Amino acid sequence: MAGLSQPTVMPIVTMTGIDKRFGGIQSLRGVDLDLRPGEIHALIGENGAGKSTLGKVLGGYHPRDGGEIIVAGEPVGPGWSPRRALDAGIAMIQQELAMVPGLSVQDNVFLGIETRRLGVLARDNAARYRELEARTGYGIPGEARLGDLRVADRQKVEILRALAREARVIIMDEPTSSLSASDIERLHGTMRALREAGHTIVYVTHFLEHVLDVTDRITVLRNGEKVTTVETAGQSRKGLVEAMIGHSVDVSYPERPPLPARTTPAVLDVAGLETDTGVRGVDFSIRPGEILGLIGLVGSGRSEIARAVAGVDPVRAGAVRLDGEPITGLSQREIIRRRLVLVPEERRAQGLVMTAPVQDNMSLPHLKLYSHLGVISPARERARVAELMDRLNVVPRRPRQKVSTLSGGNQQKVLIGKWLMAEPRVVILDEPTKGVDVGARRMINETIMALAEAGTAILLISSEIEEVLGLAHRAYLVNDGRFLQEVACDTADGDAILHRLFETEDTKATA
Amino acid sequence: MTDTLTRILRDYAALIILIVLAVTLSIVSPNFLRPQNFLNILNQNAPLLIIAVALTPVIIAGGFDISTASILAVAGCSAAWLAAAGHPYLGIVLAPFIGLALGIVNGLIITGFRVHAFLATIATGMVFRGIAVRITDGQLISARMEEFSWLGRGRIFDTVHIAVLVMIVCVAIIAFLLNRTAYGRYVFAVGGNEEAALLSGLPNRIVRIATFAGVGMAAGIAGAITVSRTGQGQPLVGEGLEFDAIAAVILGGTSVFGGEGAIWRTVVGVLLLALINNGFNLLNVDPFVKDITTGSVIILAIALGAANRSR
Repeated sequence: MAGLSQPTVMPIVTMTGIDKRFGGIQSLRGVDLDLRPGEIHALIGENGAGKSTLGKVLGGYHPRDGGEIIVAGEPVGPGWSPRRALDAGIAMIQQELAMVPGLSVQDNVFLGIETRRLGVLARDNAARYRELEARTGYGIPGEARLGDLRVADRQKVEILRALAREARVIIMDEPTSSLSASDIERLHGTMRALREAGHTIVYVTHFLEHVLDVTDRITVLRNGEKVTTVETAGQSRKGLVEAMIGHSVDVSYPERPPLPARTTPAVLDVAGLETDTGVRGVDFSIRPGEILGLIGLVGSGRSEIARAVAGVDPVRAGAVRLDGEPITGLSQREIIRRRLVLVPEERRAQGLVMTAPVQDNMSLPHLKLYSHLGVISPARERARVAELMDRLNVVPRRPRQKVSTLSGGNQQKVLIGKWLMAEPRVVILDEPTKGVDVGARRMINETIMALAEAGTAILLISSEIEEVLGLAHRAYLVNDGRFLQEVACDTADGDAILHRLFETEDTKATA
Repeated sequence: MTDTLTRILRDYAALIILIVLAVTLSIVSPNFLRPQNFLNILNQNAPLLIIAVALTPVIIAGGFDISTASILAVAGCSAAWLAAAGHPYLGIVLAPFIGLALGIVNGLIITGFRVHAFLATIATGMVFRGIAVRITDGQLISARMEEFSWLGRGRIFDTVHIAVLVMIVCVAIIAFLLNRTAYGRYVFAVGGNEEAALLSGLPNRIVRIATFAGVGMAAGIAGAITVSRTGQGQPLVGEGLEFDAIAAVILGGTSVFGGEGAIWRTVVGVLLLALINNGFNLLNVDPFVKDITTGSVIILAIALGAANRSR
């Protein structure tokens, strides 16, 4: 996959050696990217590969920790911000559209750059809008209230906004994630028209079919590093997938404990599970000591299954049984008390109280065990926390330290420790190694194996196929809230699974 | 090194200002260091300190309460009314529970309708103030009997005010609840990360309501002390105290974003406000300079505290 370069074309943007860290996590490592005038340039990669981050660094939303950005021959100094990016002709359209729903389309388009006379809005704005509108032919009335528009039309308003600011480079971060198939086609038409008009578009997406359909060049990222930049023409999905996943060499998985005997009764049994969050009929059961994996892309419904089983989201139909006893409809507190726990995906948003110390975080769901009449007995609590910190090798081993000051990997260990504190019988782990370093990852994997060895039933969710295949006994492929098929992890082929998932996803997107 | 210094400055801004102020006052005014002056400061500020300390868990849990002065008025006027009707002890005993009930009402409205605590307590504050007017019929209720005034005016062994003792007990109880009990942990968790608290199986709603109930009860106690001290129930009693209480909590360094704070911080905040007041009285300075200074000190303390937070 040698990238052709056309040295005759002067790039409009050149990024070299871009570094970006979040806390202890290196999200981008020495990434280079050049953008030519009048091209659609895809940024692709697996979840967490850094594609969105790179877009946001260019758009000024994330300050870079290293590297250089040159726009139209001029290096940008420090203090690169969305505002300065706009001034330089670079606009970013974010996943969550950033506009004012209560204002009209026209007001949104010209927000901050209105034609004013002595501070009073001038009538020209309407004329300006009509002219801009005519250039694109979107057919969106300027007086319409933005909040009344469909998402696809709001995206067009975002594009108008970028055009009103004379943006030459427009970064679109996963713009199709909430669009219907026909709207996606229309968006691609819009993108082509913009390219004809000489604009450059950076298209951040994980839909390979779209990438092959509409882009001119593709940059592939993996684990925060650039793998390659290639001309789209002549690329196949298979080649792109291989570039995206590569073959991670640095992770070896600990030995799986033996699968429990078939005769062992299941500890968790789920039948016909349906929810309003998009789980559409799921059946499975897990025996003590068994590790069951769920593999799926973002938005496949895998986290929703986990949340419903753990009693976080209400169940519309079906049953969840723990040791044969139905637990659907029980309170969160009661389900935790029965020792079925969920280690949630977002450790900052859902998992940890960042303002509180390690100890308080770990014991939060289990204070009943360490208190009498509501008064906490600190010695027992501290002893148990220290024990878990040792077991998970949390560094530094200081129970009173604020969680926010720990590295991402250690925060994740604290989160897992929190849910192991009461010796659970069923543990649901949603992306347990998301955004953690190799050392923490190994520790977490070993912990999972040790839990299974001790007879805990484990439901493991990960978008990293290798991880599920390396840890679980068997797994289900999840798509659109349903199971596609079951795979035996020791014999399954990761690439084949990934192809299967992207295939299904693309059929859905183009259906 | 500078890092440690800025961190100390950020974490202990109010305490540092308090110490500087106390040292300055003891140099410029010899009266300041007399124990009686200290006791008087504490006694005068007992109602404020009781409310501010109980308001701390509310703010740590991510809430807010601007109705505390109105609760104080309802409880205080009810106590005075009962005293005037011949039941002074009953009035004093009942006042905290009237406050507790109104605090629960606040909590139920805020958690039940999911209204922002700020808006809800502006509204309930108006309602409560109206109730206070109704109880007194817009008049002063005189209650000067000894069976009633002991709480606000009495002293033990002719030295320590009973109100100061009540205050110390309140502070001790709230500090204990916040630092030593599961409830206290829940308060920090609910304010620090609501979603994580829910996923941990915490009764978020009950925790919230409990914080409002607590500050309601504290306002009831403060109401009894205030009315007992002045010997008259009047509907506008305590006006402005709600803002002093909020200022003291924030001044001490408890985060308005929830999840972080401490009782000692609020005590420092109240003392700081009180010392500014006291200092100006001792030095006989024009009162308008005092307001300007108080406001400036609040801004200074908040700015120091916020200096590193945006990093």
